[in-house]
Amino acid sequence: MNGRRRFSVDLKYIPALSAIILFFAAYAIGGILYGDRGFLTTRTFATLFTDNAYLGVSAVGMTLVIISGGIDLSVGSVAALTTMMLAYFTEVLHWNSALMLCVVLLTGALLGFLMGLLIDVFDVPPFISTLIGMFLARGLCFIISIQSITINDPLLRSLGKWRIKLPTAARAAAYINLSVFTFIAILIAGIVIMQFTRFGRGIYAFGGGRASAKLMGLPTRRIQVGIYAFNGFCSAVAGILFSFYTFSGYGRHLYGMEMDVISSVVIGGTLLTGGVGYPIGSLFGIMIYSVILKFISFNGSLSSWWTKIAVGVLLLFFIVMQRVTVVLANRKKRIQKQEAR
Amino acid sequence: MTEPNGIPRDEIILEAKGIEKIFPGVHALNKVDFTLKRGEIHSLMGENGAGKSTLIKCLTGVYGTDGGVIKFNGREIHPESPLHAMSIGISSVYQEVNLCPNISVAENIFAGRQPMKGPFVDWKTLEERAGKALERFDVNVDVRRSLDSYPIAIQQMVAIARALDISAQVLILDEPTSSLDKQEVAKLFDIVRKLRGEGMGIIFITHFLDQVYQISDRITVLRNGELVGTYKTGELPKIGLVTKMVGKDFDDLANVSRVRNESPHDVMIALEEVSAYQSVENVSLELRRGEVLGFAGLLGSGRTEVANLMFGIEHNNSGVIKLKGSAVRLASPKDAILRRIAFCPEDRKRDGVIGELSVRENIILAFQARLGIFRFKSLRQQYELADKYIKLLGIATPDADKKVSDLSGGNQQKVILARWLATEPEVMLLDEPTRGIDVGAKAEIMKLTLDLCRDGMAIAFISSELDEIVRISNRVVVMRDRAKIGEIDEDEGLDQENILKAIAGGMAV
Repeated sequence: MNGRRRFSVDLKYIPALSAIILFFAAYAIGGILYGDRGFLTTRTFATLFTDNAYLGVSAVGMTLVIISGGIDLSVGSVAALTTMMLAYFTEVLHWNSALMLCVVLLTGALLGFLMGLLIDVFDVPPFISTLIGMFLARGLCFIISIQSITINDPLLRSLGKWRIKLPTAARAAAYINLSVFTFIAILIAGIVIMQFTRFGRGIYAFGGGRASAKLMGLPTRRIQVGIYAFNGFCSAVAGILFSFYTFSGYGRHLYGMEMDVISSVVIGGTLLTGGVGYPIGSLFGIMIYSVILKFISFNGSLSSWWTKIAVGVLLLFFIVMQRVTVVLANRKKRIQKQEAR
Repeated sequence: MTEPNGIPRDEIILEAKGIEKIFPGVHALNKVDFTLKRGEIHSLMGENGAGKSTLIKCLTGVYGTDGGVIKFNGREIHPESPLHAMSIGISSVYQEVNLCPNISVAENIFAGRQPMKGPFVDWKTLEERAGKALERFDVNVDVRRSLDSYPIAIQQMVAIARALDISAQVLILDEPTSSLDKQEVAKLFDIVRKLRGEGMGIIFITHFLDQVYQISDRITVLRNGELVGTYKTGELPKIGLVTKMVGKDFDDLANVSRVRNESPHDVMIALEEVSAYQSVENVSLELRRGEVLGFAGLLGSGRTEVANLMFGIEHNNSGVIKLKGSAVRLASPKDAILRRIAFCPEDRKRDGVIGELSVRENIILAFQARLGIFRFKSLRQQYELADKYIKLLGIATPDADKKVSDLSGGNQQKVILARWLATEPEVMLLDEPTRGIDVGAKAEIMKLTLDLCRDGMAIAFISSELDEIVRISNRVVVMRDRAKIGEIDEDEGLDQENILKAIAGGMAV
């Protein structure tokens, strides 16, 4: 047998681990500061998920994209387009809403697929390709309608309102809704894909070295196009969840969502340079984001724009930490090399 | 050298006949024949541009051929991609480890071919099989850890393990030893010999002559895209190999000859037992005012590295670099420029000229670097400077505003020279200044070099063309395997013969 698993943490786990630690630290601090006002209740904990599940779904897809060394700026626009299509086709054109759910999911995946093709076949950098996708999807929203359309469809309404009560001792009842279940399902799918499928393992290899992956004979085209198609699908799911939250379709929905998603993924320990990252880390990235929002609302006197500042500071911290771990890893390698001499 | 073993020796496994490869303007391979037998290690030798890599790329399907036949086990094959070649049974391991550093050792061996259990990767089997594959090479590592947590030598073994897992019969090792130290090389060779014993045909490419003689059974030499010949290692002395690799160039430079200087010269730069990490080892030399110091040696012998050290691109971790007698630390090229050292790099296109800029802008670059970015030269002064050097060096350009990429190679080289002359240097390091330019331009560049030398500049002249080195150098430093192995003075029989002897000789076999 080969060497035993040693008790030492591989440097690549550190960013994701620190995200987890940071989440619990932030949660504990919230408990100390606002515990008397119900920060630690199950209800508050549940809302960490319910309020931002759509971001979480998008973050899972984005994690795959960033691990592959790419970026996807189109997620907010594609999600907005999803809300718009769903609202317009069910409310104005009276299409079947179950059918429309399938249509928007396919549309999201198709848009992602096309962006993936653009990236792989024509060698257009992801930043540009998805910027094109972002403008296209946002533009399409307003071609469909420049107004906000309220969703009254009974199926969509009931799906959006469906929730189950969590057993809790406190007086305040805690609920989780369909968004949370969807998020968990997508998260599990993300974990399984990345950990246990050739496609997922190929994404890691691709992110670690594109040229190498090609020389190793990996199906890089299928991998790259697949990643963006999957992320397009996730954007559509996020859009559906968001429309369950607001019961409306509007071209101005979710402006700048891509930035919240990307920053959560990075805070969750995925290296922007690609090759390293875990969907579970992104879960904690989203949770940290949610906890910051909770801090602001519990404080009551802070402007909600402090969220952006806090996220900015955290991003700075995590980016610096990523650089430091890379430098440390290199130093370790050099020392090993010298010892070998 | 060759070890006897029970495998039938003369069974040909891979045969290439009359391989042709033409790139626009270059006949990269001209009817090259090559045969590889089962259970042999066959070295492929030749200088840069000889066609080694092109041949390998044709054999592994990176390039298509423009003529000729490739046979594998007697059957004609047409490899379309490295992957296709692999599936036929021809695997290659490149100099740069082409694996993914971020994923585990086990995954690197099996990426794309992971054993599956239903729809999912079977990690347990994967890791077990990876462990076994490496055990074959006596490599015991935790295959779960990421590849980049191991030294290059281990990574190389992993690359070979990956190549072999696909039931390879031919293994191509392209410069596998260039980043390994002695023990690691010894270990690699043990493995290669073991594979030979198992009947594999191995093509070995290296620029380390010692290693060729250590391990190979036969040697094929290419030069300028043509086959020079295939020889049994035992029947080809080293000097013969070097001569065949370098060849003789035609004598078009008859009227260029070195500057004779009688007076003793001040030492400008002295290296005292300088070593640099993964670069050169223990090099001592002196570069004096008013002389041309030639650097001879095969590619990768450490010539360029020495120049890099003197220009602050690489840094020594032991020994002393002295400038005019006092020790200096050249932290960056800028330090070197401020101390009046100039450097024309080897790869003109990559490191030298900026093709999109005009002749004037290219000439002014280094000068501006010396001034600092806040002290402008007026446009008029810039033109004066540019025109001066265009005239002085005879750069063939209609005016100073011509884009450099529109000039010929020789003229581009002159622009780089002009750039450095504008900084009024006292030391000029020229790395392959005559590469890729026509003979007339070569002679001009060399004459310019001699003129500068006459004016009292200290010049280091690095070239693969022995003829040129012999012609203009007052002394020649001979490099091999990243170390200085000798120095030949103009009074001590400085000729090609002696340099070749120095490169080949003194190699303990």
